[in-house]
Amino acid sequence: MTSREAILKAVKKNQPGHAPLPPQTYVPVEGQDLALRFTDVLTSIGGKVIAVQSWEEMRQSVQSLFPGQERRVNLVPELRNIDIDTSIDHDPHTFENVHVAILKGHFGVAENGAVWVTEENMGDRALPFICEHLVLAVEGRAIYPTLHEAYNQIGNANYNFGTFIAGPSKTADIEQSLVLGAHGPKSLTLFLKETSNTHAHHSYSGT
Amino acid sequence: MEKNTTNVLDASSFDHAALADKFNADEPRVDWHDKTLWFVREKRDKAASQLPEWETLRETASQIKNNVLSNLHDYLLEFEENARKNGITVHWAANADEHNKIVHRIIEEAGTTHIVKSKSMLTEECHLNTYLKSRGIEVVDTDLGERIVQLAGEAPSHIVLPCIHWKKEEIGSLFSRHLGTPEGNSDPQFLTAAARANLRQHFMTSRLAITGVNFAIAETGEIVVTTNEGNADLGVHLADVHIACVGIEKIIPARNHLGVFLRLLARSATGQPITTYSSHFQRPRAGQQMHIVLVDNGRSQRLGSDDFRNVLKCIRCGACMNTCPVYRRSGGHSYHYAIAGPIGAILAPGIDMKKHADLPFASTLCGSCSNVCPVKIDIHDQLYKWRQVIVKNGHVGFMKRLNMQVMAIVFSNPLIYKVSGGLGRALLKYFPFVINNRFNPWYKQREMPTVPNQSFRGWFRQNRHTND
Repeated sequence: MTSREAILKAVKKNQPGHAPLPPQTYVPVEGQDLALRFTDVLTSIGGKVIAVQSWEEMRQSVQSLFPGQERRVNLVPELRNIDIDTSIDHDPHTFENVHVAILKGHFGVAENGAVWVTEENMGDRALPFICEHLVLAVEGRAIYPTLHEAYNQIGNANYNFGTFIAGPSKTADIEQSLVLGAHGPKSLTLFLKETSNTHAHHSYSGT
Repeated sequence: MEKNTTNVLDASSFDHAALADKFNADEPRVDWHDKTLWFVREKRDKAASQLPEWETLRETASQIKNNVLSNLHDYLLEFEENARKNGITVHWAANADEHNKIVHRIIEEAGTTHIVKSKSMLTEECHLNTYLKSRGIEVVDTDLGERIVQLAGEAPSHIVLPCIHWKKEEIGSLFSRHLGTPEGNSDPQFLTAAARANLRQHFMTSRLAITGVNFAIAETGEIVVTTNEGNADLGVHLADVHIACVGIEKIIPARNHLGVFLRLLARSATGQPITTYSSHFQRPRAGQQMHIVLVDNGRSQRLGSDDFRNVLKCIRCGACMNTCPVYRRSGGHSYHYAIAGPIGAILAPGIDMKKHADLPFASTLCGSCSNVCPVKIDIHDQLYKWRQVIVKNGHVGFMKRLNMQVMAIVFSNPLIYKVSGGLGRALLKYFPFVINNRFNPWYKQREMPTVPNQSFRGWFRQNRHTND
């Protein structure tokens, strides 16, 4: 008998009688200012939130925050008119010298300041983790109150790799002193873009 | 400042009380340790109290886990099938040794001898690092706290805060020896930057990365790994091969159940609303190999025990340790097991009852652990039940056995009870040294109340009519 068979056999024999799945009785909170809550929480965990009216405003802001003496990689199509490296190499190690990566998040979560980012928006999976500074752009209307709504939104998408990013990488392993920039980005700047009326429907669909 | 490190793996005698004594030799350190962990517990309370639905979430999480345990066979098959469809290779290991062999074989096939590993309590449980080291493979733990204890030749003393027992001056000294930082610099910001630079080199050169798993989702065949540092992601995304090691109890039925568990996990652990990264590995990236090792190591047996199966619901948040009055004052290493604290004390005897017979006694049974547990494990009830099993199996010392037998006689016989009560009061009053001496551990760091002149029984007999 293989270990697989032995384990499955023992589990089948020993598992208790069926216990049903509970109803997920979560009642959404109405009337919250989600963008405000999201901004407050993300700021409290070390992120920086900048509200912008347009992609052009974000472009200018990025230019002034990260003037580009060092390597910048941008994967936000709306910002491609600026002179930023958009090439994606096949070897993730080549991103080691990326000073700032600029990516789009699908949506944010108000209760915890997390942004859902999937492989299709990363260029390379290593990029959001290996860069020195991370910039994310999220549409203002795409903020959900809690993770429950977030997972409803994700549904059964096939994203290959997806991650919630909540602030810059951090550690408090040395005497509980919070240090930003453990192994990943030392800073996270989140652009919350006011939604224009011409793009009435935000939708997230995995591939 | 030099730290006296205790290598618990080399300790010849495993005894919680003796190891706690060692920790207690440095009283200011114990106070500091106690306060630091209580601070984390308070952060947890603050985070929990901000969610009106907190108790509903706990109950929901508990019931989802009950459902998982009652259908684990089918969920394991569903997970395996979906993971394979996703291009992941699934392995099954009956015990720690088989787990280590599987991991070693994959490393050999990858033709590498230098690997990075993010936090995985399962690999601690299986002593993977020792196994691989003796076969010429260098494993670098990449979580900062784990790296610190690894450099010191220690095991983690806490599942979420591995070096919570270390002071920054000691870490500064450790880093100056191992990473060449200037002696005397113990600034956490500076030390973290030094570790970051050093570990970045390991990330850049390791072709194989090992991670643990927080949740394995049956419905989608994906795994979720959470970190604050980003070390699991950096390791995996820069490597050609990813091995994820997971206990069979870590399965959850559906992706949307993550909403429940991720809301509870970080809030319970450190009071954060969520960890910085909650990464969902559904498929390996193009050209990458991904392996999942499903490990039993006693779990399927535990599943058959009505009294003890609930321990399999654990999501490894560490809240029970931070709140435990014994853990906070005895330190993680006093538990001489990969997982310390109340949860470790009910996990360990299931692996080896004789070796860990002392652990269920390292508790006041105050129940605080059960009250903070995000999946409602009846931890203190299990501690109590383990004591009974351990005594029945003869795994307690002679003195404890003798004490218990004497007490059983006294409490079951009213006359002996009456006489011994009077005798005890007289002894404590006139000959206290007979009881309060260095051979009686109950008097260590304790002051007893003064002895009443009269027993309750005597008082009651005198006064029973006055209040009628």
